[in-house]
Amino acid sequence: MMPYMLLAPAVLVTLFIVFFPMVQAVYTSFYDLILWKPNASRFVGFGNYVKLFADPVFWTALGNTAIWIGLTVPLQMGLGLLTALLLNREFPWRGLARALIIIPWALPSVVIALMWRWIYDPNTGVLNDVLLYLSVVQSAVPWLADPDLALYAIIATLTWQGFPFFAVMILAGLQGIPRSHYEAASIDGASAWRQFVHITLPGIAPVLATAGLLRVIWVANSMDVIFVMTGGGPGYATHTLPLYAFVRARQNLDFGYGTTIAVTFTILLGTIVAVYLARTMREVER
Amino acid sequence: MNRPSTLRRILTTDLPVLLIVLFAMAPFAWMVLTSLTPTAALNATGVSVSPSGWSLDNYARLLQQTSFLGNMLDSLIIACGTVVLGLAVAVTAAYAFSRFRFAGRKLLMLQFLLINMFPIVLLILPLFVLMRKAGILDTHFGLILANATVAIPFAVWMLTSYVGAIPKSLDEAAMIDGCSRLSALRRVVLPLTMPGIISTGIYIFITAWNEYLYALTLGGKNVRPVTVAIQTLIGEYQIEWGLLAAGAVVGAMPATILFLLVQRRLIGGLTQGAVKG
Repeated sequence: MMPYMLLAPAVLVTLFIVFFPMVQAVYTSFYDLILWKPNASRFVGFGNYVKLFADPVFWTALGNTAIWIGLTVPLQMGLGLLTALLLNREFPWRGLARALIIIPWALPSVVIALMWRWIYDPNTGVLNDVLLYLSVVQSAVPWLADPDLALYAIIATLTWQGFPFFAVMILAGLQGIPRSHYEAASIDGASAWRQFVHITLPGIAPVLATAGLLRVIWVANSMDVIFVMTGGGPGYATHTLPLYAFVRARQNLDFGYGTTIAVTFTILLGTIVAVYLARTMREVER
Repeated sequence: MNRPSTLRRILTTDLPVLLIVLFAMAPFAWMVLTSLTPTAALNATGVSVSPSGWSLDNYARLLQQTSFLGNMLDSLIIACGTVVLGLAVAVTAAYAFSRFRFAGRKLLMLQFLLINMFPIVLLILPLFVLMRKAGILDTHFGLILANATVAIPFAVWMLTSYVGAIPKSLDEAAMIDGCSRLSALRRVVLPLTMPGIISTGIYIFITAWNEYLYALTLGGKNVRPVTVAIQTLIGEYQIEWGLLAAGAVVGAMPATILFLLVQRRLIGGLTQGAVKG
């Protein structure tokens, strides 16, 4: 009985604040519920889901979510890998560099979002000033107001926010590769590139996979930066699925439809989560 | 092997690292410069890069004209409450997971990992409805509970790996010497895990301090954490970037300093536990 009593507080609290609300969410998604007129609430079965699949904004948001994850995570990982490889070398101010690089990770997302809005500002933003000065662009670019650019501008921001996480995880992986492997390879005459492909990459592959999966889930879920930077606009250009659910529920208090979007998104994300869980639980077994 | 010359090291290592460090720091540095430039100068000539144009005008206005200090207090109460709640329930759970083998252990561990992955948007809507019914919207307690949805699973996983690293033989020896299970936990395991507990607590504090969406949705007039308060500094007709930047710098300071202080130990735990970052 002992382990169950020790676990009881944590399990009870999470049942109450996570699982009960989750069940409530699924239940709400079968209702037509506008929060400010609760008496008009009625059961519609899968009505909300049928409506969702006919909703063009849903498909736009789904597409944006795919671009959002498909670009952000590889960019974060690439920049993180480069940073980790550099930080793994010997140089005098390595500790300091390592500490300074994680600053983006420590900042609140609302601060990051506002900060980048200021940088991207079409009239007074520093990015346009610099680009104009270097003659990269001819006139000021409205980064967040242009529907073709806004999503990519936010992806750049999130890449900046997330690469330290990868750098730190990969650095830990790199430090686990025995030096003797490299020494043996260089005695055999392997070039730096071949050493990278045959020793470094296989050595950090498990870390890349774990960190990558974790980040896909995290990036998919994170909408606070988008919400503060554009609120999903212009139009629906920067709507991702979780943001659409949130905006819909917040602005129209349309909780029935909002939770339907949230539940659908959770199911889609579930496949990625399942892969991650299977991996992690395998490691716990050992 | 010939030693690479210092010049070559500077070109291939120091310089690229410097570029990345600048990239990582520049946006925040720009924010600090903005906050130091008085609003009139900001509108007339833009951000002042030289110290001669700096003043603490924006900070003075922030503290005198807005409720920012009160908002800091709200954030402090919520973050501390989340740390206490998260650690209190997670310590015993972590001990159970690492010291006992029992039916349902794997399933329960899986459920804590699973809830760490839940989209916040799935929880935020029903939590709003439930908390409205319970009358705890716009209270510290409500936001502590909401933040605990993230903090508890995180703490359980981190602490399980920390407790697991302490040899079982230690608490067995204590029990042979007459300690009960609970006093072995309290007298032997807890002191040894303290560094891990502290860094987990600090990470929970940082996450709760930085949290925005729960604060926005479940907070309100009475309880308004800094993350929401910063956003309200955007003026009604035009954006006051100087004031906003001052708020952002002050609001980000506690978490950033804590993060820098404990980064080494935190990162060790995070990479071992492979939990949400």
